[in-house]
Amino acid sequence: MSIVQNITRPKKNEEVAGFPLQESEVVELSGSQAVLQAFLAEDVEVIFGYPGGAIMPIYDALYDYRDQLNHILVRHEQGAIHAAQGFARASGKTGVVFATSGPGATNLVTGLADAMIDSTPVVCITGQVYAHLLGTDAFQETDVINITTPVTKWNYQVTDATEIPAVLAKAFYIAGSGRPGPVLIDITKNAQLQKFNYEGYTKCNHIRSYRPSPIVRKKYIEEAAKLINAAQKPFVIFGQGVILGKAEKEFQKFIEKAGIPAAWTIMGMSAIATNHPLGVGMLGMHGNYGPNVLTNECDVLIAIGMRFDDRVTGRLDKYAKQAKVIHLDIDPSEIDKNVKTTVSVWGDCKETLPLLTELVEQKVYPQWLQKFNDYKKQEEETCIQPELHPTVDVLTMGEVINLLNELTGGDAIIVTDVGQHQMVACRYAKFNQSKSNITSGGLGTMGFALPAAIGAKFGVPKRTVIAVIGDGGFQMTLQEMGTIMQSDVDVKIIILNNQFLGMVRQWQELFHERRYSFTDIKSPDFVAVAKAYNISGQRISERENLKNVLIEMLDHKGPYLLEVMVGKENNVFPMVPQGCSVSEIRLK
Amino acid sequence: MSKQEYTITVYTENQIGLLNRIAIIFSRRKINVDSLNTSPTEVESVHRFTIVINETEDVVRKLCRQIEKQVDVLKAFYNTEDEIVWQEMALYKVPTDEIAEKVKVERLLREYGARAVTIRKDYTIFETTGHREETDRLVEFLEPYGLIEFVRSARVAVIKASSGFHEKLKQYEHAAPGDELIENEFLDKQDEVFTM
Repeated sequence: MSIVQNITRPKKNEEVAGFPLQESEVVELSGSQAVLQAFLAEDVEVIFGYPGGAIMPIYDALYDYRDQLNHILVRHEQGAIHAAQGFARASGKTGVVFATSGPGATNLVTGLADAMIDSTPVVCITGQVYAHLLGTDAFQETDVINITTPVTKWNYQVTDATEIPAVLAKAFYIAGSGRPGPVLIDITKNAQLQKFNYEGYTKCNHIRSYRPSPIVRKKYIEEAAKLINAAQKPFVIFGQGVILGKAEKEFQKFIEKAGIPAAWTIMGMSAIATNHPLGVGMLGMHGNYGPNVLTNECDVLIAIGMRFDDRVTGRLDKYAKQAKVIHLDIDPSEIDKNVKTTVSVWGDCKETLPLLTELVEQKVYPQWLQKFNDYKKQEEETCIQPELHPTVDVLTMGEVINLLNELTGGDAIIVTDVGQHQMVACRYAKFNQSKSNITSGGLGTMGFALPAAIGAKFGVPKRTVIAVIGDGGFQMTLQEMGTIMQSDVDVKIIILNNQFLGMVRQWQELFHERRYSFTDIKSPDFVAVAKAYNISGQRISERENLKNVLIEMLDHKGPYLLEVMVGKENNVFPMVPQGCSVSEIRLK
Repeated sequence: MSKQEYTITVYTENQIGLLNRIAIIFSRRKINVDSLNTSPTEVESVHRFTIVINETEDVVRKLCRQIEKQVDVLKAFYNTEDEIVWQEMALYKVPTDEIAEKVKVERLLREYGARAVTIRKDYTIFETTGHREETDRLVEFLEPYGLIEFVRSARVAVIKASSGFHEKLKQYEHAAPGDELIENEFLDKQDEVFTM
């Protein structure tokens, strides 16, 4: 076995935590140092974390690694994990989190659940009490492994430092491979302190019980191609799988050769440019009119890297019943989970799409595509026009997003929170590049956007990152403005303030006879709060100045908060009411 | 598709916490586990779970995929009763004097295949192995004689068509497995197994 060769070492003559590492030498390291060595070997750039008693040895070791590992001190562990998620989603790399035992670890749970359902690669390291105190209700002891089991792809408790290199290698491999997801490693304090003979770090690339992507069977690709080639009205629906598989180009080649209109789920958005001629819009409850209605008219439905979430399918027994369904997915448990497939193509779409492209005929479907455009026209008149170019005095959320498109040219990363503003932003934002739309899709975590935007900025420092947040969601994690202040994170924050918990209010208006039960939310002076954190900003409620103010925000060096007062009781349309079929989508 | 009894066989690594990972797949979906047994296998280091539930095949198939998705799970199979050979073991504690007076122990041993494990002055413990109906029948029989305690083990089952796990495991140990490793074995028979 090679010794030390695999250590990613610092620049020459530098010491690692006081231990000069030399070739072919077994060095004595502490468990804490081994954790940080693993991070160096895995090219970790930034750690989002918060110290505490049970993780102090790791933080103490980190003090010597400050030059090589950038640690961002957040204000709450939920902020740390959302930041790591934003980092992962923007950069395509694995996000890394430190938290202490007990409350530190339990504060990660929401983010873990979010990362689990949205398949985001995150590795969380939590401190734990000494091994001899496990199960004794010691100070800040919680059963973190069992609490996090349902919301992690894998988790493991380390009580012996010698396990650390192999366990961390496994953690990074599992988090980032196959269908990605969060991994949590709980390390007891004694293991962090324990000195052991460190023999280097070997990256993991195989676990016998874990098959990251299934074997591709040509037979099913041939069957899929046959169906596609015989189709009159084929329709592609795609999700985040295309982005996670880094298969954007392969995907584009496929739809362009086959000439098939393609609609994205909220998570798949930005995998192709939003103005792509074959891109017909967003699916789902607040998606576009055509893609929803025509799902129930197509003859072959080709689902790629998406999981038929109920927000996409509406009522399942009335979903695409007329169509033959082809499902491409890396996760076998997704096949036939919600929608019965005619042909299922198991595998990584980076692998399967080129094989499929090869077999499909070059085609165009002008009449079929025209149908999407016809529906788009109706949607344009009833929903889009009044949202983007309103004739009433009060501002709409849509016009803010529309102006942003104009000013950023679709190059910015837009991070949204959850609610009406999220749906509006995802409906109207324009994107030119992949990994530009970052939102909490599956879990719908309010408070996600601000910390996720911080992480996204660290993931892709050169890109403009704009967090679009509602007045409700912002108040859930606004403490992360402290992180922005301390680490000088250049994120632009737009609060679309309708003085309501808007999405719930919309449902109350439509389905609960306007009984606005506790959706009327009061907010502080956000601009003043931002100012207290040394973040510049202003509030605006008039249309006249909106564009100039947005320009001022984008040109501002450093973070900026813009609060836009928008119509109090505006609704997001179109909408597929819950329990209805996608073709029963309402325009008003 | 109607519910029926399925026996799920799961081959796993021997990991602490895996029992919980598998158990919550059932509890999250509010599915009751009728019987659960963990045991070693013919392969060293590989563990085996035998789980019995009453569900439709559609649900069982989805459950197996969720189980197999767990990192430390090697493979999950599900079988109906005719595809397996299974046994359960039961222990019965009865007062010795009652038994000695009123029942011919010999007959008991012969008819129910029961075996006396312990005979003491105050109580005797019998043991039988068999199917549910057989172990239940002995309970009924012993109840009038002051059955003190009864306990039945989880089911252990062997799949008739299985040729063991050695060969499969060899393939799992390679990064690129051979074709014999059936990963998408449900693909070919999805019409038979699926209803919405």
